[in-house]
Amino acid sequence: MNKNIILAGVGGQGILTIAAIIDLAAMNLGLKVKQAEVHGMSQRGGAVESHLRISDKEIFSDLIPKGEADLILSVEPMESLRYIPFLSKKGIIVTSVDPFINITPYPDLQNVLNEIKKNPENILVDAEKPAREAGSVKASNIVMLGAASPFTGIEKEELEKAIEKLFLPKGNETVQINLRAFNAGLNITKQLRK
Amino acid sequence: MDKQLLLGAEAVALAAIDAGISGIYAYPGTPSTEITEFIQKSEEAQKLNIRSNWSANEKTAYESALGMSYAGKRSMVCMKHVGLNVAADAFINSAVTGVNGGLVLVVADDPSMHSSQNEQDSRFYGKFAFVPVLEPSNQQEAYDAVLYSFELSEKVKLPVLLRIVTRLSHSRSVVERKLKRTQNALQPENEKRKWILLPANARRQYVNLLNIQKDLAELSEQSIFNKVINGTGNKGIIAFGLSFNYVMEAREKYQLDIPVLKISQYPLPEKAVKEFLSKYSEILIVEEGYPIYEEILKGFPQNEKIKGRLDGTLPRTGELNPDYLAKALGVKTSPEKKIPEIVSPRPPELCKGCSHRDLYEALNIVMKEYNSNHVFSDIGCYTLGALPPYETISTCVDMGASVTMAKGASDAGIHPAVAVIGDSTFTHSGITGLLDAVNDKSSVTIIISDNSTTAMTGGQDSAGIDKLQNICKGIGVEEDHIRTIIPLKNNLAENIKIIKDEFEYKGVSVIIASRDCIQTARRNKKKQDKQ
Ligand SMILES: Cc1ncc(C[n+]2csc(CCOP(=O)(O)OP(=O)(O)O)c2C)c(N)n1
Repeated sequence: MNKNIILAGVGGQGILTIAAIIDLAAMNLGLKVKQAEVHGMSQRGGAVESHLRISDKEIFSDLIPKGEADLILSVEPMESLRYIPFLSKKGIIVTSVDPFINITPYPDLQNVLNEIKKNPENILVDAEKPAREAGSVKASNIVMLGAASPFTGIEKEELEKAIEKLFLPKGNETVQINLRAFNAGLNITKQLRK
Repeated sequence: MDKQLLLGAEAVALAAIDAGISGIYAYPGTPSTEITEFIQKSEEAQKLNIRSNWSANEKTAYESALGMSYAGKRSMVCMKHVGLNVAADAFINSAVTGVNGGLVLVVADDPSMHSSQNEQDSRFYGKFAFVPVLEPSNQQEAYDAVLYSFELSEKVKLPVLLRIVTRLSHSRSVVERKLKRTQNALQPENEKRKWILLPANARRQYVNLLNIQKDLAELSEQSIFNKVINGTGNKGIIAFGLSFNYVMEAREKYQLDIPVLKISQYPLPEKAVKEFLSKYSEILIVEEGYPIYEEILKGFPQNEKIKGRLDGTLPRTGELNPDYLAKALGVKTSPEKKIPEIVSPRPPELCKGCSHRDLYEALNIVMKEYNSNHVFSDIGCYTLGALPPYETISTCVDMGASVTMAKGASDAGIHPAVAVIGDSTFTHSGITGLLDAVNDKSSVTIIISDNSTTAMTGGQDSAGIDKLQNICKGIGVEEDHIRTIIPLKNNLAENIKIIKDEFEYKGVSVIIASRDCIQTARRNKKKQDKQ
């Protein structure tokens, strides 16, 4: 077992929450984890990334080597492309299609999506709608986690347990919203990959 | 004992609690802030009465930690690399006095300048001060190194510098707790000759400090943090601190059976290094930071078998990574995919609704009238006023420099001489400069963009809340020329007028542009709603 995951998005979009859930699930499984994250300057509406590595063997580098990521999980379409040099030949991009527009000009969205589709393995998710249906747009990041979950190397049940544990301090209602969001995301991928 | 997923910074903090510190002292600064925040939030630390409030700057933090050590208790002091420039006077001299209770200085360096003005390497300071330096390579080692550093500090009666870097401080991994030690009893130092650095005492203490160096090197020889990974062939690697990880990553992945000497404790274990150097015909030196030891080992005339950052085998600047190491070890990797051209940069920006925005909007209008574009500024969120759409500021050098640079520029004839400084930066290092301006009757306008927090580093308490007006008055700024504005769209016309009036005043004026940071305001509101 050895997974390299790049999490991508814009500051404030909740990629560190996604990371925390995967980290926790991996630790509970007794796996080794390293997860480098970005704090400080780049958080103010700038591009943010996290390198997440899980393995049953010792992990040395906190950073993923180029061409070694199994998965790019992005909560923003253009941001998924920023980390292409890290993606392995067989790697998959799982990204939200909702653009976060705080730069002008933001590139043409269709062109961005076409560029993503050039990668043989890709899953494009409209995360906002299922998140709203689950109870809150804020759970878009968890929809994305659900959609990418089959590629994390971690069982659905373990991720769900981690979601419960992580959101419990915010109340049971929040836990349920996020579990629904997670499963909505997972179902999108299941439909696409039937 | 229990295992937890922790940032390197948090592992340091947890170990400090377990080592029995009685206090932690710090001024925020990326990537060191989370150490102190962890202790501030820890219920365990609260129960143990570990003091942890923020200090006004790194120098006051260091000196307070030293005072606690003088009293016989263990203390930790944390800062980012440039913070040690501010605390350097206290730090260097505390190596001459020595310590009583264990004192560990944690400095977080930022190679590649992810959130900093430079990428200075704190190991230089450790060498400069003649103190032991620990440079852990991973989160567990960071935890272990803190426990060890406190023991070491009390054994050799010196402050110990623990150097971490962004990639360790801000990376999470599983950490196991090893012990819980009780705090030291109050047992103040009575050896006055050690602590009063009058020349006669200082000379004696300095000689003692130099004499103990060989003992420190011997401790490095035996250190569990320094080790050799055996291998074959005629090439070897000396890997310092975190760079060990990148070396091992490449070594495992490409199955290179290359011998590695890992060094995480200084002063240099000379015997181990000598022996390693003599065995191989080519040595790659890998340091996450400046090529300090590469330069020393290369020597003069240069030893050609030493490779590293100086001869271009590794990049001269910036953070290392596994790819640079693979290349340096001559591994053929497949060609790298490029970032598609469609991807635009996405720089950080001031938040929507931020008070600094409204200040810059007003200031830009006034500056245009003066046909001048020189605004001295400083470090904080408001530095983002350098970027479009505002592009207001002309400088950002070091904390507090806006005030004194405006003063110097005014002395030289620039008018208006304007400084924009944040509230936390002002109390960190702006006050003394303002006193200079007052004493010199300089013609300057100091704008304190007061959002009542230390926003850039995540919203820590600011030292000058509700005190700024009185501070300015107290050091002699005329009351009529301490103005307060509220940076809001609705007040634009009024704010422009006040700024203009003060530009025209030939003396020191201070404009306090006061409105809460919208991030902290939002957080406070959430907290209130909960209660
Ligand atoms: C000597 C030094 N210490 C710490 C820092 C890190 N740092 C940069 S900006 C900043 C906070 C500034 O707060 P404030 O002046 O209130 O401005 P704000 O970010 O709230 O706008 C800190 C702590 C630094 N760059 N240099």
